[in-house]
Amino acid sequence: MAEETTPQEEAVDVDETVEQETEARPLPGDPILDPLAEAFPSVEFTSFQPITGPRQDTAHVAREDLIPFVTAVKDAGFETFVDTCAVDHLNRDPRYDIVINLLSMQHTQRLMIKVGLPGDDPRLDSITPVYAGANFYEREAWDLMGIVFEGHTDLTRIVLPDDWTGHPLRKDYSVGSVPVQFKGSHKSS
Amino acid sequence: MSETPHNVEGDTEAPVLEPPIQAADEGLDAVERRRAHDIWVAGTEEPDWVAGSTDEGAQELLPRDIDPAVEVQRGLVVDDDYLEEPTVIEDERQIINMGPQHPATHGVLRLHMELEGETVRRVKPIIGYLHTGMEKTAETLSYMQGSTNVTRMDYLSPLNNELCYSLVVEQLLGVEIPPRAQAIRVLMTELNRIASHLIWVATFGMDIGALSMMIYGFREREAILAFFEKVTGLRMNHNYIRPGGVAADLPAGWEEDVEEALDIVRAGLTDYEDLLNGNPIFLDRTQGVGIITPEEAQAYGATGPIARAAGVNFDLRKAFPYSGIEQYEFDVPLGKYGDTHDRYLVRMEEIRQSMRIVEQILETMPPGDYRTEDRKVTPPPRKRIDESMEALIHHFKIFSEGFKVPPGEAYQAVESPRGELGMYLVAKGGSKPWRLHVRTPSFATVQALPVMMTDLIIPDVIATLASLDPVLGDVDR
Repeated sequence: MAEETTPQEEAVDVDETVEQETEARPLPGDPILDPLAEAFPSVEFTSFQPITGPRQDTAHVAREDLIPFVTAVKDAGFETFVDTCAVDHLNRDPRYDIVINLLSMQHTQRLMIKVGLPGDDPRLDSITPVYAGANFYEREAWDLMGIVFEGHTDLTRIVLPDDWTGHPLRKDYSVGSVPVQFKGSHKSS
Repeated sequence: MSETPHNVEGDTEAPVLEPPIQAADEGLDAVERRRAHDIWVAGTEEPDWVAGSTDEGAQELLPRDIDPAVEVQRGLVVDDDYLEEPTVIEDERQIINMGPQHPATHGVLRLHMELEGETVRRVKPIIGYLHTGMEKTAETLSYMQGSTNVTRMDYLSPLNNELCYSLVVEQLLGVEIPPRAQAIRVLMTELNRIASHLIWVATFGMDIGALSMMIYGFREREAILAFFEKVTGLRMNHNYIRPGGVAADLPAGWEEDVEEALDIVRAGLTDYEDLLNGNPIFLDRTQGVGIITPEEAQAYGATGPIARAAGVNFDLRKAFPYSGIEQYEFDVPLGKYGDTHDRYLVRMEEIRQSMRIVEQILETMPPGDYRTEDRKVTPPPRKRIDESMEALIHHFKIFSEGFKVPPGEAYQAVESPRGELGMYLVAKGGSKPWRLHVRTPSFATVQALPVMMTDLIIPDVIATLASLDPVLGDVDR
């Protein structure tokens, strides 16, 4: 790490070797993410490199650690809130994934934080105290996926009517169909 | 205006748009004024006047332990409506709904406003009137059909939606896009940005009283839409940019059409600036109105022209270039005060910068294929179908079943005219997405409305809302 300073390609190679040598749990190999990985040993980092575009880093966080980790991430320079969404992996053990997408404009870097939630207890601490912009996104995740964000000041339905039942983006919520007056067009009738 | 900033050359240095000098004091003053007031930021320190739920329909937004209004009604306090007395302001709060059927809300946005006389003290945007469940629909459509779905979200910049969708699918597919297809994509999305900003300046002008702007903006936009129609067959909702490339090559003589459209827009821009810049009513309506600070813009996720008008130097085309846009030279205009007037200046400048990109594409359009030759996503050519059974089967499978995308998760963002348009795709190996989440720029913008609108009077609320350019189809999806 010390000698190689000039071209970027070589520096990447050196980083990889350092990762393999130092410890069993590899660091993300990134100057901003490495301190976070050291401070939170339970957080696991993965990354996906598409053929074009920047590498996409994901931090897998347990739900108890979310607020301290998010706070640390914000302090590390990820000042911009981008997105929060919920993914329903039906029949998978942590059934839901909450994906929080953050952006650091100063470092030109993105970080996705992923929290797995069990299907029978989809609760998570709200990150609105840290990122005010999560407000509508958490309401949307509650509305469409039924994730309860504890500590959210106004967790109400946002895009669906207030008297709607169910959470439509869940995989066990059917799309439904409307009977049409053509022969055989509607199987169930 | 001292100087037209689009003359600034070079990539790295972003021109800072200077509003006229008299705006300076007013703008800063307004920042201080608004900061002094308690803005309710959800989740942060709650002022004591936030009374529990602010649910839709709840009329009790303020604790009313002592009600001075009663004294006014009894006639004990003589109150003149025409005088704005700060001492009697507290008792005059009333809740008014603006929208969802209000012509100035750009669709079906409903603003739940708590007024004090004509001053808006608190505002809560209520959305969902245009929710059509597009994320759920996306799970039932194959990847090939998906772009018809997403193009209908932000109906003023459909090509940007399609581009974002195509890019995120291509990330997981691992397909390389030929240079000509990339250049066509950039050409179309930048023209779309111009068209979208033109319609913005048209409706913005109309909302603040410059009614001629409405006609002018739509007139010039028509030139671009005519080109879109020639290329894609449709004026809106094109379904032109698809995973793997674009649907068809540009028609013969497209250069002349683009040049003609650019000339019309260029002439139009001069007209707009003659009409608006320096117009005292326009300046008065826009300067120091609807301010957002860079920190607030970042915390609320307000991106695009709104953040750039506040001075946030961030453009996804520069930060995370996509579709080969890094080869073109353009500047990122930045505002200084984050008010409505800066948003106007930034958008007008963005039109010019997009025209610069388009002009460069006119000169450097590479030859080659307009879609990838990867047979995974592209059907075999028509000639092969006549000779080869396998090609026929392949063709049939691709259009009936769709192509399969390997499992994975990816996020892709593009700089739509309204800010960061991102799509998060979860694939599980089938021919349909497992989950497609769309991060739309207008959603975050609408969320940040209370920050900008608190303590404005109602006409300024209209001006602020118009300057943000929310598209409700984009908000509700």
